[in-house]
Amino acid sequence: MDAIEAKNLRKSFGAVTAVDDVSITIPEGGIFGFLGPNGAGKTTTIRMLTGVLIPDAGSVRILGTDVNKEPLTAKLKMGVIPENGTVYSDLTAEQNILITAKFYGMDRASRERRSNEILDRLGLTERKDDLVRTFSKGMRQRISIACAIVHSPPVLLLDEPTTGLDVYSRRLVIDTVRHMNREGSTILLTTHNIEEANALCNTISIINKGKIVATGSPEKLKKTFDTSRYVEVSFDQPVGKDLFAAPGITRAEPWGDKWRVYTDDPDHAVKHLASVAEREHLTIVSIATSNPTLEEAFVQLTAGV
Amino acid sequence: MDWKTFARSIIVITEKNMRIYYFKGPVVVFGLLFPLIMFLTFFIGRNLDLVLFFPGFLGMMLFFTASSVGPLITPWEKREKTYERLLSLPVILESIIIGDLLAGAIFGVAITTIVFAICAVLLHLPIANAGLLAFSFVLGSITFAALGTLLASPTTDNPSNIMMLSSLIRLPLIFISGIFIPLSQLGGWQWALTSLSPLTYLVDLFHAALNGNAVYPSWLDALVLVIVILLFIWCTKVIQKRNLVKGI
Repeated sequence: MDAIEAKNLRKSFGAVTAVDDVSITIPEGGIFGFLGPNGAGKTTTIRMLTGVLIPDAGSVRILGTDVNKEPLTAKLKMGVIPENGTVYSDLTAEQNILITAKFYGMDRASRERRSNEILDRLGLTERKDDLVRTFSKGMRQRISIACAIVHSPPVLLLDEPTTGLDVYSRRLVIDTVRHMNREGSTILLTTHNIEEANALCNTISIINKGKIVATGSPEKLKKTFDTSRYVEVSFDQPVGKDLFAAPGITRAEPWGDKWRVYTDDPDHAVKHLASVAEREHLTIVSIATSNPTLEEAFVQLTAGV
Repeated sequence: MDWKTFARSIIVITEKNMRIYYFKGPVVVFGLLFPLIMFLTFFIGRNLDLVLFFPGFLGMMLFFTASSVGPLITPWEKREKTYERLLSLPVILESIIIGDLLAGAIFGVAITTIVFAICAVLLHLPIANAGLLAFSFVLGSITFAALGTLLASPTTDNPSNIMMLSSLIRLPLIFISGIFIPLSQLGGWQWALTSLSPLTYLVDLFHAALNGNAVYPSWLDALVLVIVILLFIWCTKVIQKRNLVKGI
């Protein structure tokens, strides 16, 4: 059974179509990344997946349960960290976790045991009796995560969980996501942090202007955009763009004190640059080829290049 | 429908509301201080028959306390962004509405019962029908807690906007509810006007329960209040559902 199955989701706000015919299928056990620039439709999609927003069209199933037809049953199967990871600032860290656990019908002993366990994992045991309003953003986010995982959900949805966090909090969040996945949770996370998606996810969908423009493993997406391979070269004296005009070179652009030369065939481009340097009496100071990155794929897909 | 999860969600939301919102400034000001100040303003130094006017004061107290919690909750949670978290938990819109309503109703019953108990001892108030009085407390608090929840429904994440709207609606209701002038002394357009306010029927129920001299039959007062509760809840659900569809 698929952990998350969204079919043909559509949502408009007035004349603006925020999500347009988005379908996602996430098998159990994976970490799925939903990558896109700001305003691409990531948060709107995740809000529809979690039952917070009613879609104009389409359906969402969490482990076989329709979120809009059986919302209570579907929501029992998921844990959610909304954007900005908000929690009740007038309650203590522990009260936030315990009251969330009550929503899932956990008995008192389980609530307290699990709360202590999570507070310890997230490094908040010493602050458990403090009001959340006294916490930093990173600590609030950790409490938000604690609330989302208190019932060990089979499906965990995180909306930009590391945005704006310090290195320590970010690392704790990522470790917790990995830990939950090892424990059997299927993870869906939205992010605009490409490195994070690359490091964490088995599968990534890139969304832009409300539509999914590519889906695949990070490696597959990189290979899809093989044309984005390039050679970085610098010479001992300034050169013009005309120098790089040759078959197989798609474009060249200045890159700091170097030139970045985009090509289908880096080996051929290196040979061409060597011969041009010899002909023009130039010395190559440095030259390096680069494999495609997920960032390149992302930029090309979302910029429509 | 998973009724067990639904019932649990209502109880936990009510508990959450009681913990967080009972001691917020606007609740203390509009729910406790305001009715007391209104009472002192209109009753002290005017040689009014306190026993005769006590049902009106009791109605006003219950009206303000029960309707003071609801308007605060949703706008506050929208501002703090906790509303979205709440919606993603195993709850549905109806759980939130009923949970907010119960938090207001419990606050109304608790505070008004304390005030009534103190006044009953100090003023030696007559009680014609204790059962009807208890029933009126519960029915009245649910009615005005439902009004409070309805008042919280318009789209805003600024609690002070809602508190202002709430005062704009609640204050005129006080003046057209037969609190300051007994219903039996009203006629014509004044009588028609008081018939529009649900508070009129609660005050009449209190008259029946305390003095035994109500204008309307108690069953009619209760029926009107039940209809008003259902109407308020229905309107709240329609507005909040629309907000949910619009994503606001």
